[in-house]
Amino acid sequence: MSKYLLNKFLFTVDRDPDLVERYRADPRGTVTWWEAERANVVLNLPQIERSTWLKFTDVEREALATHDYVKLFELGAHPFLTLTLCIALFERDYAEPLGFQREYAARLKHWSLPYPDITT
Amino acid sequence: MANLVAVLATTHHPFFYRASTAPPESRPDFADEWVRKVLSYRETLTLANPDVLVMVGSDHFHQLWYDNMPQFLIGKAPYYDGNYYNEEREFGLPRMRLKGHEELSAYLLRQGLDAGFDFAFSNELRVDHSITCPIITTRPQADLPIVPVYTNIFAPPLPQPPRYVALGRLLRELVTSWPRSERVAIIGTGHLSLELGGPRQFGPHGPDPDFDRRAVEWIANGNIEGALAGVTLDSLWEPGNATHGFLDFMLMMGAAGGVKADYADTLDLFHTMEAYFTWYPKGQNA
Repeated sequence: MSKYLLNKFLFTVDRDPDLVERYRADPRGTVTWWEAERANVVLNLPQIERSTWLKFTDVEREALATHDYVKLFELGAHPFLTLTLCIALFERDYAEPLGFQREYAARLKHWSLPYPDITT
Repeated sequence: MANLVAVLATTHHPFFYRASTAPPESRPDFADEWVRKVLSYRETLTLANPDVLVMVGSDHFHQLWYDNMPQFLIGKAPYYDGNYYNEEREFGLPRMRLKGHEELSAYLLRQGLDAGFDFAFSNELRVDHSITCPIITTRPQADLPIVPVYTNIFAPPLPQPPRYVALGRLLRELVTSWPRSERVAIIGTGHLSLELGGPRQFGPHGPDPDFDRRAVEWIANGNIEGALAGVTLDSLWEPGNATHGFLDFMLMMGAAGGVKADYADTLDLFHTMEAYFTWYPKGQNA
């Protein structure tokens, strides 16, 4: 399990407008590409200094490939990162202000404290 | 010695800019009262007539990341660009550029290190809405040099709450021992109860109004001991999963010297309570 890598995916997609659109349109293809090409890039190092060991578990990969933010919460992805990216992906599909954010909360209603540990 | 003319502790609601600048037809119904309260709060800083601002905030996973995460960081740069693409996207925040005060940054770093606070530092820091929102609310002309101080309230493991209070006390001591004549204000932003990315997010009020009531009492009365007795790193998950932002309020209680605030106001908004506190360490006419 790699909460760090889940967070790294959410973080690096969220900060790139082109990747946000690509992930919205083709989540599975984007996750496959990202894991192969980006998962081992150290963010403040040139690409020749890549890491060698980072990969998703099957459950993590599937959660990202299906935009399953309920599963990401359960897996301990950082909720701020998941929320911020999901707002970028889906808020536009809701007519009411905060409509998406409220649906997001409702889909997590089965959770009570303690929430999944987000410590990396 | 420098004159610590004001200490301000407030929330940093990123929706304020958009709500307060929206045209009448799309202006939310809560905007007028919000603007009125912010203008009143802004006056508390204007009255202090500061020359330089020490700004305490927390990077929201913008420049600081899990591969190299500082607990406490001081910026030392001639300028700080402000706000990020995802803050423009989600909140409509404008890009900004703030002038830095490198001499005060250097002083806080050197003296802080010698006092036992092993600060990280940054010579190229792009600040986010935890710094730019209080500029927008309390000093929208953005004309004063700043020293940003970042705390980790986001990525566990976090320092224990007394460490934040100790940092606030240290900032107060260092500002008042700085051998210059400038008028300095310390402005810090945090959260009361807050949930983001969880089942209690974006409700009609903050997720835990009872915590908010107690927290406002602690801050307004400068009751550091009460706050320290009332929260732990573990207990802060209970009022809402982003409530560790309250640690920055605890820092500011340390900076304020553990005394009653000279100005205290709140606004019960959807999904979080806004709060505005000001202390004048040497009185309003210092």
